[in-house]
Amino acid sequence: MSQATVSIPIPPERRGFDRLVGAVSDTIAMTGRNVITLRRVPQLLVFSTIQPVIFVLLFVYVFGGAVENTFGIPYVDYLIPGIFVQMSVFGAMGTAVGLAADVKSGLLERFHALPMARSAVLAGRTTADVVRNVFVMTLVSGVGFLVGFRVQTDALGYLAGVALVLLFGYSLSWVFATVGLAVKDPETAQAAAFPIMAPLVFASSVFVPVASMPSWLQPFAEHQPVSVVASAARSLMSGTPSDNYVLQALAWIAGIVAVAAPIAVRRYRRVF
Amino acid sequence: MMTTHAPAITVHGLQKRFGSVEALAGIDFEVAPGTVFGLLGPNGAGKTTAVRILTTILEPDGGRAEVLGFDVVDDAERVRLRIGLAGQSATVDPNLTGRENLRLVGRLAQRPRGWVAQRAAELLERFELSQAADRPIRTYSGGMRRRLDVAAALVARPPVLFLDEPTTGLDLPSRNALWEMIRELVADGTTVLLTTQYLEEADRLAERLAVVDVGRVIAEGTPAELKAQLGSTVIEFLMSTDPDAERAAALLSTRGGVAAELEGTRIRVPSGEGPRALMEMLRTLDADGLYPASLTVREPSLDDVFLRLTGHHAESIAEIESADPVPVGGGA
Repeated sequence: MSQATVSIPIPPERRGFDRLVGAVSDTIAMTGRNVITLRRVPQLLVFSTIQPVIFVLLFVYVFGGAVENTFGIPYVDYLIPGIFVQMSVFGAMGTAVGLAADVKSGLLERFHALPMARSAVLAGRTTADVVRNVFVMTLVSGVGFLVGFRVQTDALGYLAGVALVLLFGYSLSWVFATVGLAVKDPETAQAAAFPIMAPLVFASSVFVPVASMPSWLQPFAEHQPVSVVASAARSLMSGTPSDNYVLQALAWIAGIVAVAAPIAVRRYRRVF
Repeated sequence: MMTTHAPAITVHGLQKRFGSVEALAGIDFEVAPGTVFGLLGPNGAGKTTAVRILTTILEPDGGRAEVLGFDVVDDAERVRLRIGLAGQSATVDPNLTGRENLRLVGRLAQRPRGWVAQRAAELLERFELSQAADRPIRTYSGGMRRRLDVAAALVARPPVLFLDEPTTGLDLPSRNALWEMIRELVADGTTVLLTTQYLEEADRLAERLAVVDVGRVIAEGTPAELKAQLGSTVIEFLMSTDPDAERAAALLSTRGGVAAELEGTRIRVPSGEGPRALMEMLRTLDADGLYPASLTVREPSLDDVFLRLTGHHAESIAEIESADPVPVGGGA
């Protein structure tokens, strides 16, 4: 063909340190691709912009008045750290849906035939979720500020809380990656992810204190990971009792990654 | 380093099974560098499975395959650096633009960024996608998408190219343009493995081809060799009744000296010299007072190849190549 572009030699196989550099470069490329998708698909854009705002306004103005015993702080200061956690769970669902779509469309076949790092497909997906969560938390903080949210501790506490929620969201991405790779269809992925997600988000301390729930539900609601991370973030940002929540949250995060990441990687290797 | 005489692709005893389905039952073939090799067969014959193994997407259950001397399992990464794939299923990202897709593939193929940008622009131009280059793929028509698939396979300028039914779903001008491009690539030294359901496509492009059926190579050779077995023309008579058809087939075989294949009321005759053979056959039938209800003269199709080689039709073929019916009594 009219080869205006000069011929170039075939690159050598990556070895040693180059392999690591290459994997990082491939992950950045794949993250970029996934972030573009988040911006261009209207459904995903709504999930990461309008939906969090609606949750903040709904809970602050509609349900907030009925919530009592929020550790002596205004309800909005109780709520916002919880919304962070809720949104990171919803966002991780995007990993399930996105990966399933890539399997179904055949894009994963193309990636498998390319000399890219195998890990970059999953790492690029989960890293894109982190980028999205940073955006969502910035948005929720802004809207929260407008409706009265104030950090009760200090900037360091706020940033530590944000970092903790990001880590939690990252760990969940691996769980939902497994779901997406297992079902291989975006609609099914959404349907499969919801039953995992809903009880964790709603039977939790995200919106209301666990003490207000029926006694049979309290043990689950108190110790499940979404509650623990929400309570930890709240203690860091709003100064609620810490009760070792941060340590428990880190333990949950480490445990989830340790179990889910190898399963996701194994699933990925056997996807064809 | 490769010597120029070593094959670009070597496939030896390749086997793959999916549950109880044997997709490849041990196939062998070799592709010389700088040539087009065609894998011809119906849907489900195992063509795509062979391509997926050669492009390192799947691992074989048995046998070996090498691309440019590198084993597709043990040396998969070096294979991946040297191949391009345009598959039936290996697609591009619908949410990225054409240009973004080509750049992503080029970058993941480890080619230098500036070079990739230039190469992407050149391919978009060449495939007449410059106007649509900065629109997401999901706004493309089917034909535009196929063209971008092929462009994505070419972006790294790989020395070996796998095209899995590249013209399926393409209109005639796009198909011709793609054929032209494949010839130019080969003239430049690229090796191409092409799968197709169309004998015509294999005939026009491939130096050699292997006919694949239920996971086996049932014939291999140059298109000329395969067609010599078949004859360049197929003549079909449709008789009104079964007894008529049996009589006519017997007559054509004995007195006419042709290999007439009978199937119900249909008689199929492969022939090397269409019009003259037809005249003689009609005279033979006329002498016995037999008149065909209809008559077709056409190029051999994949289905004819299959019928000849396997004794059964290429059943899963979606569309049979268009025939040129000759009206009885007309001046054929």
